[in-house]
Amino acid sequence: MNSEKKFEVFRTFFSILIAILVSFLLIFIVSKQPVEAIMALLTGPFKSKRNLANVVEAMIPLIFTGTGVCIMFSANQINLAGEGAFHLGGLVASVCALQLGLPAGLSPFVALCLSALAGALFTAIPAVLKIKTGSSVMVASLMINYLSLWFCTYILMHFICDPSVGSASAKLPEESELMTLFRGTRIHLGVIIALAVAVLGYVFLYKTKSGYELRLAGENEKFARYSGINIVKVILLSQLIGGAVAGLGGGVEMLSPIYSRFSWTSLLGYGWDAIIICTLAKKNPLKTPLAALFLAYLRTGASIMARSTDVTLEIVQITQGIIILLAVAEQFLSKTKHRLIAKEAKASLKEEEAA
Amino acid sequence: MWSTLLTPDFFNAILRATTPILFATLASGVAAKAGICNMALDGILLFCALFGVIFSNLTNSWVLGLLLTVAAGALIGLILAFFILNLKTDEILAAIAINLTASGGTVLLLLAFSGERGSSSFPSVAAPTITIPLLDKIPFLGQILSGRNFLTYLSILMVVVMYLFLYKTPLGLKIRAVGENKNAAESVGISSRGIQYIALILSGALCAFGGYFLSGGYMNSFTKDMQAGRGFIALAASSMGGDTPVGGFLVALLFGASQAVGNQMQLTNIPVELIQMIPYATTLIGLAIFSYVAMKRKEKISGK
Repeated sequence: MNSEKKFEVFRTFFSILIAILVSFLLIFIVSKQPVEAIMALLTGPFKSKRNLANVVEAMIPLIFTGTGVCIMFSANQINLAGEGAFHLGGLVASVCALQLGLPAGLSPFVALCLSALAGALFTAIPAVLKIKTGSSVMVASLMINYLSLWFCTYILMHFICDPSVGSASAKLPEESELMTLFRGTRIHLGVIIALAVAVLGYVFLYKTKSGYELRLAGENEKFARYSGINIVKVILLSQLIGGAVAGLGGGVEMLSPIYSRFSWTSLLGYGWDAIIICTLAKKNPLKTPLAALFLAYLRTGASIMARSTDVTLEIVQITQGIIILLAVAEQFLSKTKHRLIAKEAKASLKEEEAA
Repeated sequence: MWSTLLTPDFFNAILRATTPILFATLASGVAAKAGICNMALDGILLFCALFGVIFSNLTNSWVLGLLLTVAAGALIGLILAFFILNLKTDEILAAIAINLTASGGTVLLLLAFSGERGSSSFPSVAAPTITIPLLDKIPFLGQILSGRNFLTYLSILMVVVMYLFLYKTPLGLKIRAVGENKNAAESVGISSRGIQYIALILSGALCAFGGYFLSGGYMNSFTKDMQAGRGFIALAASSMGGDTPVGGFLVALLFGASQAVGNQMQLTNIPVELIQMIPYATTLIGLAIFSYVAMKRKEKISGK
């Protein structure tokens, strides 16, 4: 590892540290029992087997959307429709589970395939608009997220609603549920699918020709175009795959033992979380599980804290915001970086002189 | 249904829905003219909606509350500028960070201020409605033009002010020059960083008026995530209006109208979920059409 990479790792950890310290400070300001709150936040997830399992459960959707965003952002397309794709994926999976009546084994498979397809088609909308009309991918993707939310709510309220529970669908059949892996927890098959997706995402981006073209187009579109890469194809491909992964994530989350009915009536924010994951993982899908683990740990700790003390869950959003701000600030700690690089250069000079 | 649409009440609803979007659209426009896409507007709207109720409660005056809120909005613009310009953070990621912080931070601030979770119920001072003498005597038109919220009048006045500022003052010229071509502007001795700082601070301050209106005009209290993507809509509106104040005003009016039509349609038997889609669908379609026309025009000029 050269010193520049080492520095990147150092800066990321330093940003996390500062963000967590700021959160502690905020807890001290708002809370009457700050020490208990901080202890719950930090050690809560380790307190019981159930809490620890909660961390793994919370990780799963984050890996999916994180990997999806890594692929979309690698092509330098700021497509924020992962949020809507996740939502739509959840809806499609529950509609399939409810309406198709397939046997166990086949049912979740078909439902997940269709939710991935829905996610892919959904995130492709801003990309197609960009290609056909030249409109901004970012702005279009922000708008269609809301369209996804209200479309899903419409289907929920008018087609699959169980009137006896209010705003939730009928109970999803057992045949469609993803298998639980460990007795006494809700850790489900999805964790294996998620890890597989992260690895496959890495292989696609870093080990295939299409992946190379995609990253090249992301880094320097003009250069990629002059080298004969079909930019339109690359943009579309990246958005289709990224959306498919996010949609699949929504489907997996919905068919997991965590949910028994489709009941999402507001956006869940996994699309925004994915951007933090992508930032921490430096657009490398292989690192998304690690980043997701961190965020999931923080989340679980925060929800334990919110349950047992007077601090609200939302403090995590501030922590996340600060992490993004500092982790991507190129000039943050730039003096340390220069010193490190200068040191390495001097060392290599000395080696050369000696040789 | 048409009979309910052509009443003064309906036009008032349009102006009410337009006001916060218009402020944010002007804010987006001034940042865009300086070459920065300010996606943090959504978060600034939310922050300022909360600051509005808190400051007006503390000072017991809407004027002081509004001024403090605008100062706070400018401060957020300054923080954003510091990260983008000094620390070289990607502008989109910095904006996402501010939006996330706003979503969590407002809940936490409210908790610290009044102990309430998610929505405020303490007294706050809304901006007043203003009756214009003589004008209010005109039938129909008077009912639309008079008796609106102070901030609604201010937002329309701001369209003119921003137009004059951007196109008739030296500073406005400098902002546009930096946005057009940073290097060219630098070569004639304009500090592009300084100009972008000014544009972002101005953008934050303009947006703060919209935030104040959300919780002191449009509604009378603060609720969690009450901006509901208006900052994003404003971003779209501004880019559709060519980032000019007048263009942005016309598009913002269109969105205000689509929201007001939506509100009216809730009285019909069309499902409410589909009606909720109207402003976002309008934005998306409008953006596509506008971009398409702009792309074709560009192609024509370059002779392809």
